[in-house]
Amino acid sequence: MTELLLDIRNLQMHLFSNRGMRVVKAVDGVSFTLSEGETMGIVGESGSGKTMTSLSILRLLPTAGRIVGGEMRFAGEDLLAKSDKEMQHIRGSQIAMILQDPMMSLNPLFTIGEQIAEPLRVHRHMRGASLFERLKELLHGVRIPSPEVRLREYPHQMSGGMRQRIVGAIGISCEPRLLIADEPTTSLDVTIQAQYLQLLKDIQQRAGLAMLFITHDIGIVAKMCDYVAVMYAGKLVERAPMRALFRQPKHPYTEALLRAVPRINTPTDRLWSIEGQPPDLADIPPGCPFSPRCPVAEERCRRDAPPEVQVGPKHYARCWLQEGS
Amino acid sequence: MDSSPASVIDSVVLSADRPSRWSGLLRSFYEAPFVPLLILVLLVLTAVGADWLAPHDPTIGNLRARYLPPVWEERGSSEYLLGTDHMGRDVLSRLIHGSRISLVVATAAVLLAGVIGTTLGILSGFRGGWIDQVVMRLTDAWMALPTISFAILLAALLRPSEWNLVVILAAVYWTRYARVIRGEVLSLKERDFVRLAIVAGCSRTRIMGTHILPNIANSAIVMATLQFGVVIIAEATLSFLGVGVAPPQPAWGLMLFEGKSGLMTGFWWLSIFPGVCIMLVVLAANLLGDWFRVWSDPQLRQL
Repeated sequence: MTELLLDIRNLQMHLFSNRGMRVVKAVDGVSFTLSEGETMGIVGESGSGKTMTSLSILRLLPTAGRIVGGEMRFAGEDLLAKSDKEMQHIRGSQIAMILQDPMMSLNPLFTIGEQIAEPLRVHRHMRGASLFERLKELLHGVRIPSPEVRLREYPHQMSGGMRQRIVGAIGISCEPRLLIADEPTTSLDVTIQAQYLQLLKDIQQRAGLAMLFITHDIGIVAKMCDYVAVMYAGKLVERAPMRALFRQPKHPYTEALLRAVPRINTPTDRLWSIEGQPPDLADIPPGCPFSPRCPVAEERCRRDAPPEVQVGPKHYARCWLQEGS
Repeated sequence: MDSSPASVIDSVVLSADRPSRWSGLLRSFYEAPFVPLLILVLLVLTAVGADWLAPHDPTIGNLRARYLPPVWEERGSSEYLLGTDHMGRDVLSRLIHGSRISLVVATAAVLLAGVIGTTLGILSGFRGGWIDQVVMRLTDAWMALPTISFAILLAALLRPSEWNLVVILAAVYWTRYARVIRGEVLSLKERDFVRLAIVAGCSRTRIMGTHILPNIANSAIVMATLQFGVVIIAEATLSFLGVGVAPPQPAWGLMLFEGKSGLMTGFWWLSIFPGVCIMLVVLAANLLGDWFRVWSDPQLRQL
């Protein structure tokens, strides 16, 4: 049994705008667990709260944001009880993050070497020759040839794929135990995307780190992840082992999401899409947030919020129709 | 010459393997524009060696030799190369000595204003919230004050001296830096590399120092070179109004204004020469600032 690394229970993060008059429930009751060496994919539409969930884990909230409920435990420790100073130390050393646009994540004024060195200097207090050795090792690890030369170069001298691998190297520089990748491949073309994903997977397996993979590309989830969590309107509607989710989706939203993916082996004239729009997060309808768009919604779906029910091994869904099945 | 593919590859590899980053920076430093650099170096040398360079005492005049024109004019004397003023003082000597005050006061004022304005601008832009509100409302109020009247008020409160002049000029001109820098910081802090630094666990102070400051240094320096001219002129205005450099002391601005009336009566050399000096220095500072902007940006530097 691998060690439980991240345990999130009923996390609620709300954004208060307009002097508290408008409350946006960006993250509303998210629970999941992640063990060492596992990859969890979080999928959902834009604005469903994927990024907000990951930022909440790092306790990096937008100014209007506040964690109003729930528990977050990382390696047995309560993240919500940590001081700002302690959180600062955890960021980058224990929990690292790769941002949405790695192309823009590098400071144009510094060499690659200085930028990879920064977290090592801050968290590990590394200096001199040992630091340089570590930098070379990291570049080697992300398969960048002739590291000695590359370390002295500036971001603009590198290709997109290479810059991205640099950002990956920064992410793993302090050997974190959890790596959060927030749509790390959206700005890349598909061939580079595939290479990068493979690289991330290799790194993960080598270091045995847990990974939280945030994406709206369900294909990437199939390739990368052991577990999948589906988010809708700030709620985690279904979580399951990857195969179980793809074979037997239990929540109507997941089902609809999977149907919306075009298949290469079935001819299609029109792409299928889910009717309607996701709800305004400041004004979520009572009951299940998906009920207005749900083809199988019943009376109680519109009235009461469904509980999370276990529907299979490690498989949970937040739907009334699964209750008692 | 051997031009086999292998040797070509060798040379490519060799050229890629630069000896060090610093030699590259140093090499690009040689490409500094020659003329502006020469002007500033000469100015500094003049200011330092004023005591030896000046042919006459800048404050004591020869009353029998008042209003002598420059040497190439009809009544010109080779003893007073650029002519004399209403008290018979040598214009050249006054220019040479004046370079000291103008240079020191302008540089110090620009630096002080830059440090204050940049610090407040970064704090205001990066921290946001009430700090931002306080700093920005302060600059708003500050900018609404008429510059020169405000400077005169400050000068009346302080004793007229060169260092007080520096303080006054800095106190008047820091707001422009704060404004511009804050704007830059606001856009910079949304850039992903700043977010990455936050995610990587860098402290706020560290981010402001290592990620924000180098990226706004460009704007600050370009601002400073532009302000240099403005400050020299302001120093001149204050000196003219009697609240800056005290009159027997030579300062370019003071000379410019003292010679103003001469322009109408044909004594053009009294104000033209200090004017040319100010113009040259301001021009040199601007050109050098522009070059520095390019030099400090790795992408434009084309290493």
